[in-house]
Amino acid sequence: MNVLNFISAFFNDSAHWQGYDGIPTRVAEHVQYTLMALAIAAAVGLPVGLLTGHTGRGGNTLALIATSARALPSFGLMVLMFILLGLGMAPVMIPLVVLAVPPILVTTYEAMRSVDPAPVDAARGMGMGEAGVLFRVELPMALPLIFSGLRSAAIQIVSTATIAAYVSFGGLGRYIIDGLYQRDYEKVVGGATLVAAMALTTLAVFWAVGRITVSPGVRRRG
Amino acid sequence: MNELFDMPSYLEHSYFGLVGLHLREALLPVLAGLLVALPVAQLCVRFRWLYPPVMWVTTVLYAIPSLAFFVILIDYTGLSELTVMIPLAVYSLVVLVPAIVDGVRSVPQETLAAATAMGLGPVRRYLQVQLPIAAPAILAGLRVASVSSISLVSVGMLIGNEGALGNMLDAGLKYDQPRLVWLSVLGTAVLAILVDALLIVLRVLLTPWMPRGTRKGSRTLVAKEAAR
Amino acid sequence: MTIGPLLCGTCGRSEGRVSISGLSGRSQQRSRNTSGLDSSFNCRGPWSKAGNLCQTRRVFGVLIRIDSVTKRYPDGTVAVDRLSLEIPDRSITVLVGPSGCGKTTTLRMINRMVEPSEGAILLDGVDIRQQPVNTLRRSMGYVIQNAGLFQHRTILDNIATVPRLLGWSKEKSRARARELMERVGLDGALAKRYPYQLSGGQQQRVGVARALAADPPVLLMDEPFSAVDPVVRKGLQDELLRIQDELGKTIVFVTHDIDEAVKLGTMVAVMRTGGHLAQFAPPAELLSHPADEFVEDFLGADRGIRRLSFFPSAGLELLTEPIVAIDATAERIAAAGSGDVPYLLVTDPDGKPLGWSEPGDLTAGEIETDRLLPYGRPFVPGTDSLRAALDCAVLSPTGWAVAVDTEGRAAGVVSQVTIGEAIRGAHAERSADGTATAQKVAP
Repeated sequence: MNVLNFISAFFNDSAHWQGYDGIPTRVAEHVQYTLMALAIAAAVGLPVGLLTGHTGRGGNTLALIATSARALPSFGLMVLMFILLGLGMAPVMIPLVVLAVPPILVTTYEAMRSVDPAPVDAARGMGMGEAGVLFRVELPMALPLIFSGLRSAAIQIVSTATIAAYVSFGGLGRYIIDGLYQRDYEKVVGGATLVAAMALTTLAVFWAVGRITVSPGVRRRG
Repeated sequence: MNELFDMPSYLEHSYFGLVGLHLREALLPVLAGLLVALPVAQLCVRFRWLYPPVMWVTTVLYAIPSLAFFVILIDYTGLSELTVMIPLAVYSLVVLVPAIVDGVRSVPQETLAAATAMGLGPVRRYLQVQLPIAAPAILAGLRVASVSSISLVSVGMLIGNEGALGNMLDAGLKYDQPRLVWLSVLGTAVLAILVDALLIVLRVLLTPWMPRGTRKGSRTLVAKEAAR
Repeated sequence: MTIGPLLCGTCGRSEGRVSISGLSGRSQQRSRNTSGLDSSFNCRGPWSKAGNLCQTRRVFGVLIRIDSVTKRYPDGTVAVDRLSLEIPDRSITVLVGPSGCGKTTTLRMINRMVEPSEGAILLDGVDIRQQPVNTLRRSMGYVIQNAGLFQHRTILDNIATVPRLLGWSKEKSRARARELMERVGLDGALAKRYPYQLSGGQQQRVGVARALAADPPVLLMDEPFSAVDPVVRKGLQDELLRIQDELGKTIVFVTHDIDEAVKLGTMVAVMRTGGHLAQFAPPAELLSHPADEFVEDFLGADRGIRRLSFFPSAGLELLTEPIVAIDATAERIAAAGSGDVPYLLVTDPDGKPLGWSEPGDLTAGEIETDRLLPYGRPFVPGTDSLRAALDCAVLSPTGWAVAVDTEGRAAGVVSQVTIGEAIRGAHAERSADGTATAQKVAP
């Protein structure tokens, strides 16, 4: 029996579509974790990245913070937080946010730094205020790279949120972890398929958001 | 001191044995990734149209969560180290391919023309001119790939205890030994930082021609790669 | 009171024929310019030399006064050193010099992109620090190298930037932007395009249009044309002179190219490394009387030739008898060939030149046009300068220059010798009574 059979068996089983362990519930949980962690990480990373990038100061400090945050193993951190804090949202959110902040922070900073200085100079010379320069000139031009940072963060969150099931949380990881313990391979593969599909959906969402919000004048350049 | 690093017998390894295992499971895939990425990147440089689809494929593969990837591979490679290492090698491509492409592309056209004019064939030109000049960019890519690979190996614990230092997490949780969890987390983090530092030293040794303190180029690259 | 013919009689340019009263009316409309010097006027045009011919006779009001300004950076470098400069109203003032001479810093101090360490800059007699910095900047157009367009905005929205900042409605701003696209010679079809879809020259035009959008009295231009190729650059320079002719802005223009400075500048400030002013003079004076060795070096070895650009060709004595039409009779050819001129210029029946021939080679009714010697590029007396005339003569295989009227019909021929005499005469006249001419003009 190959993987495809497992997948079709999993999705054709009506029991998998209802209840607290049903696909809709697990998907909703996973989306909730992802959005929450992404929102927190963006709320931290975006303003700091935009400001430091705009002023051009603190780049080395940011790089240092990002490197050390990246060195922390998310899975280990999650287990550690679970041991220290017990059941609750915090042990899941802390590792996910720690995971997501570096790419957002560093890419936003670098995106702002890589904006062509000529239009920025022109904007100031025309009498645009600092806020105007930041939001109406630098940000629109830095947007593609900023989005790629957010996208990378989102994908890593989706991926790592799966592991949260190991420390008794919901989400799509439940199928995989439970399936592994129960030696129910159909469930494992079904869960893996769902997680992969969600990650690809995330890619698609970011692609679509980019299409809508990034000016064609900027997009066509790369 | 010895007590601190004592390992339960079912882990089948001493602490430093696990460290060695962890390094092997994390770095072999990066090495394999590099071996694949070099020719792929060269093709992308040679045929520009190839680069976007290659990036698209690596990004999509990178999006597949590690746990899902492991699970799907179990059917083919069983509960083995290989199951952990294959996804890690695939993930490293998303960082390494653009790092090499950008690095090789950063070689000025005049430099290449000069090399050709001096009679260097394509292979020599690649090995003696393009690759050395691209080295800082490639090493920057290797840093990101290695650090994330070291972090991800732990997840292998979930599929038949193939997570090296990560295996201690399960043990710590099951037998209520926070010491093991701490050892795992800190050990992994220290390992990541050491490997990162080692690669920085390697870059300095390999590129004595680069002015000191101008790491801006490679840092920009790290940021770009982190964003993939 | 029309003084044009009196002023520009030598060059005969129509642009020169402007009435003082008309101009003073324009200056009164602009309330900023009440310095009382209504006699200033413009004599500019696609052929800037005409303007320069007249410029010693112009009296300008001063709009921007740079008063003993120094810029010292924290690391101790002095970019500009006690610079004083009076930038005349409604004319192009060019700051030129080698890199590191502080010309860009000077420009950027005018719109406070750089703040002076010492000294003050006055706009219309008022310290520029009196008004909020962004209000000041919105009243000055700013054009930079590579245009610095906003790549995320369409051409139209790029141009509409300052009007929008000033709170104009979207429709009004865009209508204004369309008007400006036309003014700078951009096809209206480009309005919805993005900058990356335009050539370098087009982008620079957009940059100029964007700077002009809110009709600022002052235009600051920082090496705007240095990143485009020479052909496009020449087009842009001509376009700028044309626009300036229509709008009469006060333009401060930074360049490192002395040819550009001489071509565009009403006044040229040559700066030297270390932020010192070497000389501030009209281009003709710069070329004839460089203040010191540095200026002389900077002007280059061929400054004598360049200076000819400021002498009119209108006074040249043209010979008409060596001109024969292609359908001329044998008698006519014989008569033409009997003069001192060793060659005959053959024209088509309309009088347009075809080429040179030796008199003996011409047989009436059997003139073959492809056997004629090429006549090179003709010059137009009155419009072109002595430099153009000399150029024609030097490049002509016969050593004779062909003069044509504005329709391109042969008006006469002139030899290198005659042009040489005219040059000597013009030099003598210039050095003798340059100032006297200026006085003659004052109303």
